[in-house]
Amino acid sequence: MKNIFTLFKRIMKAGISNFWRNGWLSTATVAVLSVTLFMILSLIMISVITETLIANLQSKVDVSIYFKKDAKEADILNMKNDILVLNEVKSAEYISEDDALFEFREKHSENEIIIQSLDALEENPLEASLNIKAKDPSLFGSIVATLEKEQYKEIVNKINYYENKGIIDALGVLISTIRKVGFGISVILVIIAFLVAFNTIRITIYTMREEIGIMKLVGAGNWFVRGPFVIEGLLYGLTSSLATIIIATPILFFSAPYIKDFFPGIDLFSYFNGNIFQIWLILFVISGTIGSLGSLIAMQKYLKV
Amino acid sequence: MIVFDHVSKKYKNGSVALDDISFRVKKGEFISIVGQSGYGKSTILKLVIGEERSTKGSVFVGGQDVASLSGYDIHLLRRKVGMIFQDFRLLPKKTVYENVAFSLEVSGASNKDIEEDVPQVLNLVGLSHKSDKFPSELSGGEKQRVAIARALVDRPDILIADEPTGSLDSLNTWDVIRLLIKINELGATVVLATHNREVINMLNKRVITLDKGYIIRDEEQGRYII
Repeated sequence: MKNIFTLFKRIMKAGISNFWRNGWLSTATVAVLSVTLFMILSLIMISVITETLIANLQSKVDVSIYFKKDAKEADILNMKNDILVLNEVKSAEYISEDDALFEFREKHSENEIIIQSLDALEENPLEASLNIKAKDPSLFGSIVATLEKEQYKEIVNKINYYENKGIIDALGVLISTIRKVGFGISVILVIIAFLVAFNTIRITIYTMREEIGIMKLVGAGNWFVRGPFVIEGLLYGLTSSLATIIIATPILFFSAPYIKDFFPGIDLFSYFNGNIFQIWLILFVISGTIGSLGSLIAMQKYLKV
Repeated sequence: MIVFDHVSKKYKNGSVALDDISFRVKKGEFISIVGQSGYGKSTILKLVIGEERSTKGSVFVGGQDVASLSGYDIHLLRRKVGMIFQDFRLLPKKTVYENVAFSLEVSGASNKDIEEDVPQVLNLVGLSHKSDKFPSELSGGEKQRVAIARALVDRPDILIADEPTGSLDSLNTWDVIRLLIKINELGATVVLATHNREVINMLNKRVITLDKGYIIRDEEQGRYII
Protein backbone atom coordinates (compact mmCIF):
# COMPACT_ATOMS: atom_id res chain seq x y z
CA MET A 1 0.00 0.00 0.00
CA LYS A 2 2.81 2.33 0.98
CA ASN A 3 4.51 1.34 -2.26
CA ILE A 4 1.58 2.41 -4.39
CA PHE A 5 1.46 5.70 -2.56
CA THR A 6 5.18 6.30 -3.12
CA LEU A 7 4.77 5.34 -6.79
CA PHE A 8 1.86 7.73 -7.17
CA LYS A 9 3.80 10.53 -5.53
CA ARG A 10 6.78 9.96 -7.82
CA ILE A 11 4.55 9.96 -10.90
CA MET A 12 2.86 13.17 -9.75
CA LYS A 13 6.18 14.83 -9.10
CA ALA A 14 7.64 13.76 -12.44
CA GLY A 15 4.52 14.96 -14.29
CA ILE A 16 4.55 18.38 -12.67
CA SER A 17 8.29 18.80 -13.16
CA ASN A 18 8.04 17.75 -16.85
CA PHE A 19 5.26 20.26 -17.37
CA TRP A 20 7.33 23.01 -15.81
CA ARG A 21 10.67 22.15 -17.40
CA ASN A 22 9.21 21.67 -20.86
CA GLY A 23 8.50 25.41 -20.83
CA TRP A 24 8.00 26.29 -24.46
CA LEU A 25 6.54 22.99 -25.47
CA SER A 26 4.00 23.20 -22.65
CA THR A 27 3.18 26.79 -23.54
CA ALA A 28 2.58 25.92 -27.18
CA THR A 29 0.44 22.91 -26.32
CA VAL A 30 -1.59 24.91 -23.82
CA ALA A 31 -2.05 27.67 -26.41
CA VAL A 32 -3.45 25.29 -29.01
CA LEU A 33 -5.70 23.64 -26.44
CA SER A 34 -6.92 27.08 -25.35
CA VAL A 35 -7.83 27.98 -28.93
CA THR A 36 -9.77 24.72 -29.15
CA LEU A 37 -11.55 25.42 -25.89
CA PHE A 38 -12.28 28.99 -26.93
CA MET A 39 -14.01 27.69 -30.01
CA ILE A 40 -16.04 25.23 -27.97
CA LEU A 41 -16.96 28.03 -25.56
CA SER A 42 -18.06 30.18 -28.52
CA LEU A 43 -20.25 27.33 -29.74
CA ILE A 44 -21.81 27.08 -26.28
CA MET A 45 -22.49 30.83 -26.29
CA ILE A 46 -23.94 30.75 -29.81
CA SER A 47 -26.21 27.90 -28.81
CA VAL A 48 -27.35 29.94 -25.78
CA ILE A 49 -28.25 32.78 -28.15
CA THR A 50 -30.12 30.59 -30.62
CA GLU A 51 -31.93 28.67 -27.91
CA THR A 52 -33.10 31.93 -26.34
CA LEU A 53 -34.21 33.22 -29.72
CA ILE A 54 -36.06 30.02 -30.45
CA ALA A 55 -37.71 30.11 -27.02
CA ASN A 56 -38.77 33.70 -27.68
CA LEU A 57 -40.28 32.73 -31.00
CA GLN A 58 -42.05 29.73 -29.56
CA SER A 59 -43.55 31.74 -26.74
CA LYS A 60 -45.21 33.93 -29.35
CA VAL A 61 -46.99 31.05 -31.01
CA ASP A 62 -50.33 30.17 -29.50
CA VAL A 63 -53.73 28.74 -30.35
CA SER A 64 -56.94 30.23 -29.05
CA ILE A 65 -60.20 28.44 -28.42
CA TYR A 66 -63.27 30.72 -28.64
CA PHE A 67 -66.35 29.74 -26.72
CA LYS A 68 -69.99 30.11 -27.54
CA LYS A 69 -71.78 33.03 -25.85
CA ASP A 70 -73.93 30.63 -23.81
CA ALA A 71 -70.99 28.53 -22.54
CA LYS A 72 -70.78 28.44 -18.76
CA GLU A 73 -67.58 29.64 -17.14
CA ALA A 74 -67.39 26.46 -15.00
CA ASP A 75 -67.40 24.29 -18.14
CA ILE A 76 -64.67 26.40 -19.67
CA LEU A 77 -62.52 26.12 -16.54
CA ASN A 78 -63.11 22.36 -16.52
CA MET A 79 -61.88 22.20 -20.06
CA LYS A 80 -58.87 24.29 -19.11
CA ASN A 81 -57.98 21.76 -16.42
CA ASP A 82 -58.36 18.92 -18.92
CA ILE A 83 -56.00 20.73 -21.26
CA LEU A 84 -53.37 21.42 -18.65
CA VAL A 85 -53.15 17.70 -17.99
CA LEU A 86 -51.89 17.12 -21.54
CA ASN A 87 -48.15 16.55 -21.81
CA GLU A 88 -47.73 18.70 -24.88
CA VAL A 89 -49.25 21.80 -23.28
CA LYS A 90 -47.04 24.41 -21.70
CA SER A 91 -49.74 26.78 -20.50
CA ALA A 92 -53.41 27.59 -20.86
CA GLU A 93 -54.79 30.99 -20.01
CA TYR A 94 -58.49 31.75 -19.55
CA ILE A 95 -59.69 35.09 -20.88
CA SER A 96 -63.27 35.89 -19.93
CA GLU A 97 -65.57 38.00 -22.13
CA ASP A 98 -65.00 41.00 -19.87
CA ASP A 99 -61.24 40.58 -19.92
CA ALA A 100 -61.32 40.31 -23.67
CA LEU A 101 -63.36 43.48 -23.97
CA PHE A 102 -61.09 45.31 -21.58
CA GLU A 103 -58.00 44.30 -23.51
CA PHE A 104 -59.64 45.22 -26.78
CA ARG A 105 -60.50 48.67 -25.53
CA GLU A 106 -56.99 49.16 -24.20
CA LYS A 107 -55.49 48.13 -27.48
CA HIS A 108 -57.67 50.45 -29.53
CA SER A 109 -58.05 53.28 -27.03
CA GLU A 110 -56.75 55.76 -29.56
CA ASN A 111 -59.09 54.70 -32.30
CA GLU A 112 -62.23 56.84 -31.90
CA ILE A 113 -64.33 54.94 -34.40
CA ILE A 114 -63.81 51.57 -32.78
CA ILE A 115 -64.47 52.91 -29.32
CA GLN A 116 -67.61 54.69 -30.47
CA SER A 117 -68.97 51.64 -32.22
CA LEU A 118 -68.23 49.50 -29.15
CA ASP A 119 -70.09 51.98 -27.01
CA ALA A 120 -72.97 51.83 -29.42
CA LEU A 121 -73.33 48.10 -28.92
CA GLU A 122 -75.52 47.02 -26.07
CA GLU A 123 -73.78 43.78 -25.22
CA ASN A 124 -70.20 42.56 -25.28
CA PRO A 125 -69.55 41.25 -28.77
CA LEU A 126 -66.41 39.36 -27.73
CA GLU A 127 -66.24 35.73 -26.76
CA ALA A 128 -64.46 34.10 -23.83
CA SER A 129 -61.35 32.20 -24.90
CA LEU A 130 -58.59 29.89 -23.78
CA ASN A 131 -55.13 30.81 -24.92
CA ILE A 132 -52.95 27.73 -25.26
CA LYS A 133 -49.20 27.51 -25.62
CA ALA A 134 -47.48 24.28 -26.55
CA LYS A 135 -44.10 23.04 -25.45
CA ASP A 136 -43.22 22.90 -29.11
CA PRO A 137 -45.20 24.41 -32.01
CA SER A 138 -45.24 21.08 -33.84
CA LEU A 139 -47.34 19.64 -31.01
CA PHE A 140 -50.34 21.86 -31.70
CA GLY A 141 -51.75 19.35 -34.16
CA SER A 142 -52.22 16.67 -31.54
CA ILE A 143 -53.43 19.16 -28.91
CA VAL A 144 -56.10 20.48 -31.25
CA ALA A 145 -57.15 16.94 -32.10
CA THR A 146 -57.92 16.38 -28.40
CA LEU A 147 -59.84 19.62 -28.19
CA GLU A 148 -62.13 18.63 -31.01
CA LYS A 149 -63.61 15.76 -29.03
CA GLU A 150 -67.38 15.42 -28.83
CA GLN A 151 -67.61 16.48 -25.16
CA TYR A 152 -66.41 19.98 -25.94
CA LYS A 153 -68.56 20.57 -29.06
CA GLU A 154 -71.33 22.03 -26.87
CA ILE A 155 -69.29 25.00 -25.71
CA VAL A 156 -66.53 25.52 -28.30
CA ASN A 157 -67.31 27.95 -31.06
CA LYS A 158 -64.06 27.96 -32.96
CA ILE A 159 -60.39 27.05 -32.71
CA ASN A 160 -58.11 29.39 -34.60
CA TYR A 161 -55.54 26.67 -35.24
CA TYR A 162 -56.34 26.00 -38.89
CA GLU A 163 -56.07 29.65 -39.88
CA ASN A 164 -52.57 29.82 -38.37
CA LYS A 165 -51.52 26.28 -39.22
CA GLY A 166 -49.41 27.40 -42.16
CA ILE A 167 -47.38 29.83 -40.10
CA ILE A 168 -47.07 27.48 -37.14
CA ASP A 169 -45.81 24.67 -39.35
CA ALA A 170 -43.38 26.93 -41.18
CA LEU A 171 -42.03 28.12 -37.86
CA GLY A 172 -41.66 24.56 -36.64
CA VAL A 173 -39.68 23.65 -39.76
CA LEU A 174 -37.53 26.77 -39.39
CA ILE A 175 -36.71 26.00 -35.76
CA SER A 176 -35.83 22.40 -36.40
CA THR A 177 -33.70 23.41 -39.39
CA ILE A 178 -31.80 25.95 -37.30
CA ARG A 179 -31.21 23.28 -34.68
CA LYS A 180 -30.08 20.65 -37.21
CA VAL A 181 -27.77 22.99 -39.13
CA GLY A 182 -26.37 24.38 -35.88
CA PHE A 183 -25.75 20.89 -34.59
CA GLY A 184 -24.09 19.83 -37.83
CA ILE A 185 -21.78 22.84 -37.91
CA SER A 186 -20.91 22.37 -34.23
CA VAL A 187 -20.04 18.72 -34.76
CA ILE A 188 -17.78 19.54 -37.71
CA LEU A 189 -16.03 22.35 -35.84
CA VAL A 190 -15.59 20.24 -32.73
CA ILE A 191 -14.11 17.39 -34.79
CA ILE A 192 -11.64 19.79 -36.44
CA ALA A 193 -10.74 21.25 -33.05
CA PHE A 194 -10.19 17.77 -31.62
CA LEU A 195 -7.97 16.77 -34.53
CA VAL A 196 -5.84 19.89 -34.21
CA ALA A 197 -5.51 19.43 -30.46
CA PHE A 198 -4.75 15.73 -30.73
CA ASN A 199 -2.13 16.39 -33.38
CA THR A 200 -0.43 18.90 -31.13
CA ILE A 201 -0.32 16.33 -28.37
CA ARG A 202 1.11 13.82 -30.84
CA ILE A 203 3.90 16.22 -31.77
CA THR A 204 4.60 16.83 -28.10
CA ILE A 205 4.90 13.10 -27.51
CA TYR A 206 6.96 12.70 -30.67
CA THR A 207 9.58 15.07 -29.31
CA MET A 208 9.66 12.93 -26.17
CA ARG A 209 9.98 9.60 -27.95
CA GLU A 210 13.67 9.15 -27.13
CA GLU A 211 13.08 9.85 -23.46
CA ILE A 212 10.30 7.29 -23.47
CA GLY A 213 12.73 4.75 -24.96
CA ILE A 214 15.42 5.61 -22.40
CA MET A 215 12.98 5.20 -19.50
CA LYS A 216 12.03 1.78 -20.81
CA LEU A 217 15.67 0.74 -21.20
CA VAL A 218 16.46 1.82 -17.66
CA GLY A 219 13.78 -0.60 -16.54
CA ALA A 220 10.66 1.51 -16.10
CA GLY A 221 7.35 -0.33 -16.40
CA ASN A 222 4.82 0.97 -18.93
CA TRP A 223 2.70 2.72 -16.31
CA PHE A 224 5.68 4.35 -14.72
CA VAL A 225 6.45 5.91 -18.11
CA ARG A 226 2.82 6.73 -18.93
CA GLY A 227 1.92 8.15 -15.52
CA PRO A 228 3.81 11.45 -15.71
CA PHE A 229 2.44 12.06 -19.22
CA VAL A 230 -1.10 11.58 -17.97
CA ILE A 231 -0.42 14.09 -15.18
CA GLU A 232 1.15 16.45 -17.71
CA GLY A 233 -1.90 16.07 -19.96
CA LEU A 234 -4.22 16.90 -17.08
CA LEU A 235 -2.09 19.96 -16.33
CA TYR A 236 -2.39 21.03 -19.97
CA GLY A 237 -6.14 20.70 -19.52
CA LEU A 238 -6.21 22.59 -16.25
CA THR A 239 -4.07 25.47 -17.52
CA SER A 240 -5.82 25.82 -20.86
CA SER A 241 -9.31 25.70 -19.35
CA LEU A 242 -8.39 28.35 -16.79
CA ALA A 243 -6.71 30.45 -19.50
CA THR A 244 -9.82 30.22 -21.67
CA ILE A 245 -12.06 31.36 -18.81
CA ILE A 246 -9.70 34.21 -17.96
CA ILE A 247 -9.56 35.38 -21.59
CA ALA A 248 -13.29 34.92 -22.18
CA THR A 249 -14.42 36.87 -19.11
CA PRO A 250 -13.42 40.38 -20.28
CA ILE A 251 -14.40 39.62 -23.89
CA LEU A 252 -17.91 38.63 -22.82
CA PHE A 253 -18.11 41.45 -20.32
CA PHE A 254 -17.46 44.09 -22.98
CA SER A 255 -19.36 42.49 -25.84
CA ALA A 256 -22.47 41.46 -23.88
CA PRO A 257 -24.11 44.96 -24.08
CA TYR A 258 -23.74 44.99 -27.89
CA ILE A 259 -25.16 41.49 -28.15
CA LYS A 260 -28.02 42.60 -25.94
CA ASP A 261 -28.75 45.48 -28.34
CA PHE A 262 -28.87 43.03 -31.18
CA PHE A 263 -30.85 40.26 -29.50
CA PRO A 264 -32.98 41.80 -26.74
CA GLY A 265 -33.39 39.62 -23.71
CA ILE A 266 -30.04 37.88 -24.05
CA ASP A 267 -27.44 38.74 -21.43
CA LEU A 268 -24.51 36.51 -22.28
CA PHE A 269 -22.27 37.81 -19.55
CA SER A 270 -24.69 37.11 -16.75
CA TYR A 271 -25.31 33.66 -18.20
CA PHE A 272 -21.54 33.05 -18.32
CA ASN A 273 -21.04 34.48 -14.86
CA GLY A 274 -23.89 32.46 -13.39
CA ASN A 275 -22.63 29.17 -14.86
CA ILE A 276 -18.90 29.84 -14.74
CA PHE A 277 -18.07 26.76 -12.68
CA GLN A 278 -20.04 24.36 -14.89
CA ILE A 279 -18.55 25.94 -18.03
CA TRP A 280 -15.04 25.62 -16.64
CA LEU A 281 -15.73 22.01 -15.68
CA ILE A 282 -16.90 21.18 -19.20
CA LEU A 283 -13.83 22.84 -20.71
CA PHE A 284 -11.50 21.10 -18.24
CA VAL A 285 -13.02 17.68 -18.87
CA ILE A 286 -12.66 18.19 -22.63
CA SER A 287 -9.07 19.47 -22.57
CA GLY A 288 -7.96 17.15 -19.78
CA THR A 289 -9.26 14.20 -21.78
CA ILE A 290 -7.54 15.34 -24.96
CA GLY A 291 -4.35 15.99 -23.01
CA SER A 292 -4.11 12.77 -21.04
CA LEU A 293 -5.91 10.29 -23.27
CA GLY A 294 -4.26 11.84 -26.34
CA SER A 295 -0.83 11.37 -24.75
CA LEU A 296 -1.60 7.76 -23.90
CA ILE A 297 -2.72 6.96 -27.44
CA ALA A 298 0.12 8.87 -29.07
CA MET A 299 2.86 7.28 -26.97
CA GLN A 300 1.71 3.70 -27.30
CA LYS A 301 4.04 2.92 -30.21
CA TYR A 302 7.09 4.38 -28.47
CA LEU A 303 6.56 2.09 -25.47
CA LYS A 304 7.44 -1.00 -27.49
CA VAL A 305 11.15 -0.95 -26.73
CA MET B 1 25.67 -15.50 -16.12
CA ILE B 2 25.14 -15.00 -19.85
CA VAL B 3 24.82 -17.88 -22.29
CA PHE B 4 24.47 -17.62 -26.07
CA ASP B 5 23.47 -21.00 -27.47
CA HIS B 6 23.71 -21.21 -31.29
CA VAL B 7 22.15 -17.81 -31.71
CA SER B 8 21.34 -16.33 -35.12
CA LYS B 9 19.74 -12.98 -35.78
CA LYS B 10 18.35 -11.93 -39.10
CA TYR B 11 16.77 -8.52 -39.45
CA LYS B 12 13.55 -8.01 -41.38
CA ASN B 13 15.40 -6.39 -44.27
CA GLY B 14 17.27 -9.68 -44.75
CA SER B 15 20.64 -8.63 -43.35
CA VAL B 16 22.27 -11.25 -41.11
CA ALA B 17 23.68 -9.70 -37.93
CA LEU B 18 24.67 -12.89 -36.10
CA ASP B 19 25.19 -16.38 -37.49
CA ASP B 20 25.23 -19.35 -35.10
CA ILE B 21 27.01 -17.68 -32.19
CA SER B 22 27.79 -19.56 -28.95
CA PHE B 23 29.64 -18.35 -25.88
CA ARG B 24 29.34 -18.17 -22.10
CA VAL B 25 30.17 -15.36 -19.74
CA LYS B 26 30.90 -16.36 -16.16
CA LYS B 27 29.83 -14.37 -13.13
CA GLY B 28 32.28 -11.60 -12.34
CA GLU B 29 34.00 -11.79 -15.71
CA PHE B 30 35.11 -8.73 -17.72
CA ILE B 31 34.62 -9.48 -21.38
CA SER B 32 35.13 -7.27 -24.42
CA ILE B 33 33.41 -7.76 -27.74
CA VAL B 34 35.27 -6.23 -30.65
CA GLY B 35 34.64 -5.93 -34.33
CA GLN B 36 33.97 -3.24 -36.85
CA SER B 37 30.72 -1.33 -36.93
CA GLY B 38 27.87 -3.37 -38.33
CA TYR B 39 29.48 -6.70 -37.44
CA GLY B 40 26.97 -7.58 -34.75
CA LYS B 41 28.34 -6.13 -31.50
CA SER B 42 25.25 -4.09 -30.68
CA THR B 43 22.97 -6.93 -31.68
CA ILE B 44 24.55 -9.15 -29.02
CA LEU B 45 23.94 -6.50 -26.36
CA LYS B 46 20.37 -5.89 -27.52
CA LEU B 47 19.67 -9.61 -27.29
CA VAL B 48 20.91 -9.64 -23.67
CA ILE B 49 18.44 -6.95 -22.55
CA GLY B 50 15.59 -8.24 -24.71
CA GLU B 51 15.49 -5.20 -26.98
CA GLU B 52 15.77 -7.67 -29.88
CA ARG B 53 14.76 -11.33 -30.12
CA SER B 54 16.94 -14.01 -31.71
CA THR B 55 15.71 -15.68 -34.90
CA LYS B 56 17.35 -18.99 -33.94
CA GLY B 57 18.94 -20.34 -30.76
CA SER B 58 18.51 -19.09 -27.17
CA VAL B 59 19.97 -16.39 -25.00
CA PHE B 60 20.05 -17.04 -21.25
CA VAL B 61 20.66 -14.30 -18.71
CA GLY B 62 20.96 -15.33 -15.07
CA GLY B 63 19.46 -18.71 -16.01
CA GLN B 64 16.37 -17.24 -17.74
CA ASP B 65 15.64 -17.68 -21.42
CA VAL B 66 15.23 -14.05 -22.55
CA ALA B 67 12.95 -15.03 -25.45
CA SER B 68 10.44 -16.52 -23.02
CA LEU B 69 10.08 -13.35 -20.96
CA SER B 70 6.94 -11.25 -21.22
CA GLY B 71 6.86 -7.44 -21.12
CA TYR B 72 6.78 -7.24 -17.35
CA ASP B 73 9.60 -9.76 -16.85
CA ILE B 74 11.69 -7.92 -19.45
CA HIS B 75 11.55 -4.84 -17.33
CA LEU B 76 12.53 -6.85 -14.26
CA LEU B 77 15.47 -8.22 -16.25
CA ARG B 78 16.55 -4.71 -17.22
CA ARG B 79 16.71 -3.76 -13.56
CA LYS B 80 19.28 -6.50 -13.06
CA VAL B 81 21.27 -5.42 -16.10
CA GLY B 82 22.79 -1.95 -16.10
CA MET B 83 23.42 -0.44 -19.48
CA ILE B 84 25.50 2.41 -20.87
CA PHE B 85 25.60 3.65 -24.44
CA GLN B 86 27.77 5.65 -26.80
CA ASP B 87 25.13 8.41 -26.89
CA PHE B 88 24.71 8.38 -23.08
CA ARG B 89 20.88 8.31 -23.24
CA LEU B 90 20.30 10.55 -20.27
CA LEU B 91 16.91 12.09 -19.65
CA PRO B 92 17.43 15.71 -20.77
CA LYS B 93 14.76 17.22 -18.53
CA LYS B 94 16.12 15.64 -15.37
CA THR B 95 19.12 16.74 -13.33
CA VAL B 96 22.14 14.51 -12.77
CA TYR B 97 20.73 13.49 -9.40
CA GLU B 98 17.27 12.77 -10.83
CA ASN B 99 18.68 10.76 -13.72
CA VAL B 100 20.44 8.47 -11.31
CA ALA B 101 17.53 8.39 -8.86
CA PHE B 102 15.15 7.48 -11.70
CA SER B 103 16.73 4.08 -12.01
CA LEU B 104 15.93 3.41 -8.35
CA GLU B 105 12.48 4.95 -8.52
CA VAL B 106 11.38 2.55 -11.23
CA SER B 107 12.38 -0.39 -9.08
CA GLY B 108 10.28 0.94 -6.22
CA ALA B 109 13.16 1.70 -3.87
CA SER B 110 12.28 3.69 -0.76
CA ASN B 111 13.06 7.39 -0.57
CA LYS B 112 15.52 6.64 2.20
CA ASP B 113 17.49 4.22 0.01
CA ILE B 114 17.49 6.73 -2.84
CA GLU B 115 18.74 9.51 -0.62
CA GLU B 116 21.56 7.27 0.60
CA ASP B 117 22.59 5.50 -2.58
CA VAL B 118 22.49 8.26 -5.18
CA PRO B 119 25.06 10.58 -3.53
CA GLN B 120 27.26 7.55 -2.89
CA VAL B 121 27.29 6.51 -6.54
CA LEU B 122 27.75 10.10 -7.72
CA ASN B 123 30.73 10.27 -5.42
CA LEU B 124 32.10 7.07 -6.94
CA VAL B 125 32.00 8.57 -10.46
CA GLY B 126 33.28 11.91 -9.13
CA LEU B 127 30.24 14.04 -9.91
CA SER B 128 28.90 14.93 -6.47
CA HIS B 129 29.43 18.62 -7.17
CA LYS B 130 27.32 18.51 -10.35
CA SER B 131 24.26 16.74 -9.02
CA ASP B 132 21.92 19.69 -9.74
CA LYS B 133 23.13 20.23 -13.31
CA PHE B 134 21.16 19.16 -16.37
CA PRO B 135 22.81 16.87 -18.96
CA SER B 136 23.07 19.76 -21.44
CA GLU B 137 25.40 21.51 -18.98
CA LEU B 138 27.87 18.59 -18.83
CA SER B 139 30.81 17.53 -20.99
CA GLY B 140 30.70 14.20 -22.86
CA GLY B 141 32.85 12.46 -20.29
CA GLU B 142 30.70 13.74 -17.45
CA LYS B 143 27.55 12.59 -19.21
CA GLN B 144 28.98 9.11 -19.57
CA ARG B 145 29.90 9.06 -15.91
CA VAL B 146 26.31 10.00 -15.04
CA ALA B 147 25.14 7.14 -17.24
CA ILE B 148 27.50 4.79 -15.41
CA ALA B 149 26.25 6.04 -12.07
CA ARG B 150 22.69 5.41 -13.22
CA ALA B 151 23.58 1.89 -14.35
CA LEU B 152 25.34 1.17 -11.06
CA VAL B 153 22.97 2.57 -8.52
CA ASP B 154 20.55 -0.36 -8.72
CA ARG B 155 23.49 -2.74 -8.01
CA PRO B 156 23.15 -4.70 -11.24
CA ASP B 157 24.60 -8.18 -11.66
CA ILE B 158 25.63 -7.33 -15.19
CA LEU B 159 26.84 -4.07 -16.71
CA ILE B 160 26.60 -3.76 -20.45
CA ALA B 161 28.54 -1.02 -22.20
CA ASP B 162 27.87 -0.33 -25.87
CA GLU B 163 30.77 1.74 -27.27
CA PRO B 164 30.84 3.80 -24.06
CA THR B 165 33.95 5.69 -25.16
CA GLY B 166 32.91 6.12 -28.79
CA SER B 167 32.31 9.84 -28.52
CA LEU B 168 34.89 10.70 -25.86
CA ASP B 169 38.44 12.04 -26.07
CA SER B 170 41.26 9.85 -24.76
CA LEU B 171 41.39 11.43 -21.31
CA ASN B 172 37.69 10.83 -20.70
CA THR B 173 38.00 7.41 -22.29
CA TRP B 174 40.43 6.29 -19.59
CA ASP B 175 38.22 7.75 -16.87
CA VAL B 176 35.34 5.64 -18.10
CA ILE B 177 37.40 2.48 -18.57
CA ARG B 178 38.90 2.82 -15.09
CA LEU B 179 35.37 3.07 -13.70
CA LEU B 180 34.34 -0.07 -15.55
CA ILE B 181 37.31 -1.95 -14.12
CA LYS B 182 36.43 -0.72 -10.64
CA ILE B 183 32.84 -1.83 -11.05
CA ASN B 184 34.04 -5.24 -12.20
CA GLU B 185 36.26 -5.49 -9.14
CA LEU B 186 33.21 -4.71 -6.98
CA GLY B 187 31.62 -7.88 -8.36
CA ALA B 188 29.59 -7.02 -11.46
CA THR B 189 29.95 -8.91 -14.72
CA VAL B 190 30.96 -6.39 -17.38
CA VAL B 191 30.35 -6.77 -21.11
CA LEU B 192 32.09 -4.09 -23.14
CA ALA B 193 31.51 -3.64 -26.85
CA THR B 194 34.09 -1.41 -28.49
CA HIS B 195 36.35 -0.92 -31.46
CA ASN B 196 38.95 1.04 -29.52
CA ARG B 197 42.23 -0.82 -30.04
CA GLU B 198 44.13 0.90 -27.23
CA VAL B 199 41.45 0.16 -24.69
CA ILE B 200 41.37 -3.53 -25.55
CA ASN B 201 45.10 -3.93 -25.52
CA MET B 202 45.43 -2.16 -22.21
CA LEU B 203 42.66 -4.17 -20.52
CA ASN B 204 44.34 -7.51 -21.09
CA LYS B 205 41.10 -9.40 -20.43
CA ARG B 206 38.90 -11.83 -22.38
CA VAL B 207 38.10 -10.67 -25.93
CA ILE B 208 35.56 -12.03 -28.38
CA THR B 209 36.22 -10.88 -31.94
CA LEU B 210 33.32 -10.70 -34.37
CA ASP B 211 33.55 -10.61 -38.13
CA LYS B 212 30.42 -10.33 -40.25
CA GLY B 213 28.25 -12.06 -37.67
CA TYR B 214 30.69 -14.90 -36.83
CA ILE B 215 32.96 -15.29 -33.80
CA ILE B 216 36.44 -15.56 -35.29
CA ARG B 217 38.36 -15.47 -32.02
CA ASP B 218 37.57 -15.92 -28.31
CA GLU B 219 40.67 -15.56 -26.15
CA GLU B 220 41.44 -15.03 -22.50
CA GLN B 221 43.73 -12.00 -22.23
CA GLY B 222 43.02 -11.23 -25.86
CA ARG B 223 44.34 -8.44 -28.05
CA TYR B 224 42.70 -6.31 -30.69
CA ILE B 225 43.50 -8.05 -33.97
CA ILE B 226 41.36 -7.49 -37.05
